[in-house]
Amino acid sequence: MIKKLLRPYLFALAVVAVYAVLAFSNRAVFDKAVDTAVAGTWEMLAVLPPIFVLLGLLDVWVPRQTMIRFMGPGSGVRGASIAFVLGSAAAGPLYGAFPVAAVLMSKGASFFNVLILIGAWSTTKIPMKLFELQALGVPFALTRLALNIPAVVIMAWLIRAVVPRDEVERIYEKARIGGTAH
Amino acid sequence: MSAIVFYALAAVALLLSAAKDRQKTLMALRKSRAAFTRILPQFIAIILIVGIMIALLRPEVLTRLLGRESGWYGVLLASVVGSVTLIPGFIAFPTAALLLQGGAGLTQIAAFVSSLMMVGVVTFPVEVSYFGTRAALVRNAAAYLFALLVALIMGMVLPL
Repeated sequence: MIKKLLRPYLFALAVVAVYAVLAFSNRAVFDKAVDTAVAGTWEMLAVLPPIFVLLGLLDVWVPRQTMIRFMGPGSGVRGASIAFVLGSAAAGPLYGAFPVAAVLMSKGASFFNVLILIGAWSTTKIPMKLFELQALGVPFALTRLALNIPAVVIMAWLIRAVVPRDEVERIYEKARIGGTAH
Repeated sequence: MSAIVFYALAAVALLLSAAKDRQKTLMALRKSRAAFTRILPQFIAIILIVGIMIALLRPEVLTRLLGRESGWYGVLLASVVGSVTLIPGFIAFPTAALLLQGGAGLTQIAAFVSSLMMVGVVTFPVEVSYFGTRAALVRNAAAYLFALLVALIMGMVLPL
């Protein structure tokens, strides 16, 4: 029972062991690592719990047909735009996008649109852009934005072209099973 | 700032949902929890690894390695460092600004920032568990090349 509960945490526990070693061998590095890990924890707690709550609500309230109509395989430019806006409006690290993608796929969003969402989440997130504008200036941030928007679309095209249909089906199957308990 | 927006949004949505249908709301929360517990072990591992990585990265060393004269070597190094690290935005951008002020090259910093955001070596196993090896591999490889391309264009277009 305990073994089963701990199993997913094996890797994390291994890293904790590295921290323990550091605590004795290099106090300065240990202290800085702990500070950063605490900051990272706050960053995660700042945005991910509400995103997961919204995700659960989306899962029960938005009917499959609605998702297919707005973001499904024939949703065209409008569907891609919705994916782009959703991804850009998100906050938090890229790994937070994967569970969101899983729910969208289990609801019938097209693979291309999900890839657009992942791309936008990784590069054009608005909260990140604001940080970038402040730290690196307007020309830097806006040039990167202008170059990244086509990059997001090209990368989505590319991945869709390279991943075979049966593998996409497996990815969707996994999203249906893993995304929800039902 | 975004934390307040997201928590407020979630709270309002939750209240509306509960007012409309208690049962469905509980189901939604169960689903939220299931999705969160699925990915939580990986979150924790990532946060801990990032802590060690940042503790080992020294800004002075980085500034020297990514200097304006470091050329291709510096750009490649910047993109590799950006790819393997995962730094929260509120640390990454101020750090990048400090590096620029310290004498790092613009192309190098652009390569660092772009690969940092788009390429995820540490998060690769998580990505594979959702998208499979092929899609994750293609996305990260393409993102890496784009990060380099974006950096080169920025180096040509922007002054400094």
